[in-house]
Amino acid sequence: MNFIRVTKRDDLPVRMEVIIRLVAIVLSLIAAGIVILVFGVDPVRIFKSIIEGSLGTTLRIQQTVVKAVPLIITSLGIMVAFKMKFWNIGAEGQITMGALAATWVALFMSDSMPLFAKLLLMALASMVAGGLWAFIPAFFKAKMGTNETIFTLMMNYIAIKFVTYLQYGPWKDPNSNGFPKIAPFPENAILPSLFGVHIGWIIAIICAILIYLFMTHTKKGYEIAVVGESTETARYAGMDIGKIIIIAMFVSGGLCGLVGMIQASAIEKTLVSGIANGYGFTAIITAWLAKLNPVIIIVVCLAFSMLIQGGAYIQIAMNVPSAVSSIVQGIILFFIMGAEFFLQYKVGFRHNEAKEVA
Amino acid sequence: MEVFLASCIVAGTPLLFATLGEIITEKSGSLNLGVEGMMLMGAVIGFLTAAATNSALLAVLGAIAAGAAGALIFAILTASLNANQNVVGLTLTIFGTGFAGFLGQPVLGTSVPAEVYKSLKNFDIPLLKDIPFVGPVFFRHDVLVYVGYIVIIGFAFYMYKTRIGLNMRAVGENTAAADASGINVTLYKYVHIIIGGALAGLGGAYLSLVRVPVWQSDIVNGRGWIAVALVIFASWNPIKSFFGAVLFGGLGILGMKLQAMGFSISQYLVDMIPYVATIIIVIISTHKRKKESQPPHDLSVPYFREER
Repeated sequence: MNFIRVTKRDDLPVRMEVIIRLVAIVLSLIAAGIVILVFGVDPVRIFKSIIEGSLGTTLRIQQTVVKAVPLIITSLGIMVAFKMKFWNIGAEGQITMGALAATWVALFMSDSMPLFAKLLLMALASMVAGGLWAFIPAFFKAKMGTNETIFTLMMNYIAIKFVTYLQYGPWKDPNSNGFPKIAPFPENAILPSLFGVHIGWIIAIICAILIYLFMTHTKKGYEIAVVGESTETARYAGMDIGKIIIIAMFVSGGLCGLVGMIQASAIEKTLVSGIANGYGFTAIITAWLAKLNPVIIIVVCLAFSMLIQGGAYIQIAMNVPSAVSSIVQGIILFFIMGAEFFLQYKVGFRHNEAKEVA
Repeated sequence: MEVFLASCIVAGTPLLFATLGEIITEKSGSLNLGVEGMMLMGAVIGFLTAAATNSALLAVLGAIAAGAAGALIFAILTASLNANQNVVGLTLTIFGTGFAGFLGQPVLGTSVPAEVYKSLKNFDIPLLKDIPFVGPVFFRHDVLVYVGYIVIIGFAFYMYKTRIGLNMRAVGENTAAADASGINVTLYKYVHIIIGGALAGLGGAYLSLVRVPVWQSDIVNGRGWIAVALVIFASWNPIKSFFGAVLFGGLGILGMKLQAMGFSISQYLVDMIPYVATIIIVIISTHKRKKESQPPHDLSVPYFREER
């Protein structure tokens, strides 16, 4: 490594930044293409099909948006925690607990309630449940300094196993002919649609605006960013760090919980153990790639949901396993993350190195 | 009881390999959340190699290479290119899941060739197998279980008794100081991340070649995450990780066992225990602040020499 000199870049022109990113994406597509080719499938057809499958018809565009909704809201939630350098890997569980609370309202509270009253109550319950699920690790982090990465990760599986238990046990639908299923939601617990997509997309846009305002225009949002930059500074400025961690995580988990309600109400129309469907993990990646910026989060999540929807399409259209899309996702991500290095550092060769060493 | 304990060891062995791998990775300062992905890569390559070559040895080596290759991606991005470890690890899991799902598609539901299965299965250790209780529990297993024993002892010796092992721990505890004392930090990180991946791959292969021996795409089924939990449970100690793996492996089969005995308890509630236990251990160890049960000081902290 001695003959290579790496230095931190001070200011990188925007043009260069764009070029480096584009080069990374092109390289990643080439690499993904080579891998697909090695696996014996024509990469050009795969890429074409992913675009066709996600944008080809109105219906497919709607499906892409449907998949972007949970990703966007979860990414926003994760963003709030990450701004504070609190590694919330627990979105998956927070989504699941949110869905659980929404399901409880949907199934066990009065059927005669008006639609919007019930949906509002479900949303509220899901946000409280998701928030509380995030509160637990936040509390221990704030009071004792426990490691939140592992804590939140473990909370995921507790939530998922608990829902599995309910699905196979106490909440099993007696009318399901023995299938381990929870009863479907009544009519007044299902999100209505607008322009062919359930109104989750409107909720996602509202959340993005609110979170943007929260982070940039409120005192709490500012404090969260300060804690993320340096706890020393925050302490010196007299901020109550523990309280900030707990509030931020409640917001973070609340947003993820809301995703659970949307998915249960609009997509599954009941509660299943796999309700979070990996969105909680993918959102960590999208939030990070978007550099924790709410506007860019929407763009990145739309791009990701194209890959997810396109992957589902190639399974049906080309009889190629949708797993290809996960491979493509992975490779693109590897390259983009690698490219970040070249955005931050300048790499050059050391001249007259022999002399220097001697 | 003997039979149950022996099957706990078998159930714990895939966890054991993955946990040992993650211990060595974390001890050298990297938190790789891609264990699940690397296990899947090892599982599918091991299975396919077995199907293609009928050789257990090649299958195991293939799985090790696959896990190591996944870890190499992680090493390049985090140790050389300074990318965020959490994000790269999660991406590796997505990639590994896709990799195994795709490559495994044509062999879905098929079994490992009988020849391979047999050559790994049931290899009783002479003399030791006749010790009362200990023999049937520990020494009447397949070959890979014994490999697990060897790795535990090897790791414990390496970590606590050798110079290189000490250097490795120094990298994880205080990267800057290790660098200043002339240790090649990048090389140490690469080597240990890759060994970690190789063991995760081996753990995956244990599932696809011995434990399940039929290919199914969710074959690893969250065990990679349990391994991440086990590392903390074992407080980064290879010997403790054996008991942890057997315990967590045993919990995975306990529900069914209890149901067979007439107790009515849901396996899904039993499945929650490892995760709850890990959280409790995280809380207790943070509270006690005992030196040996703390995570490596510089775990997951990006290190870049020019930035000190």
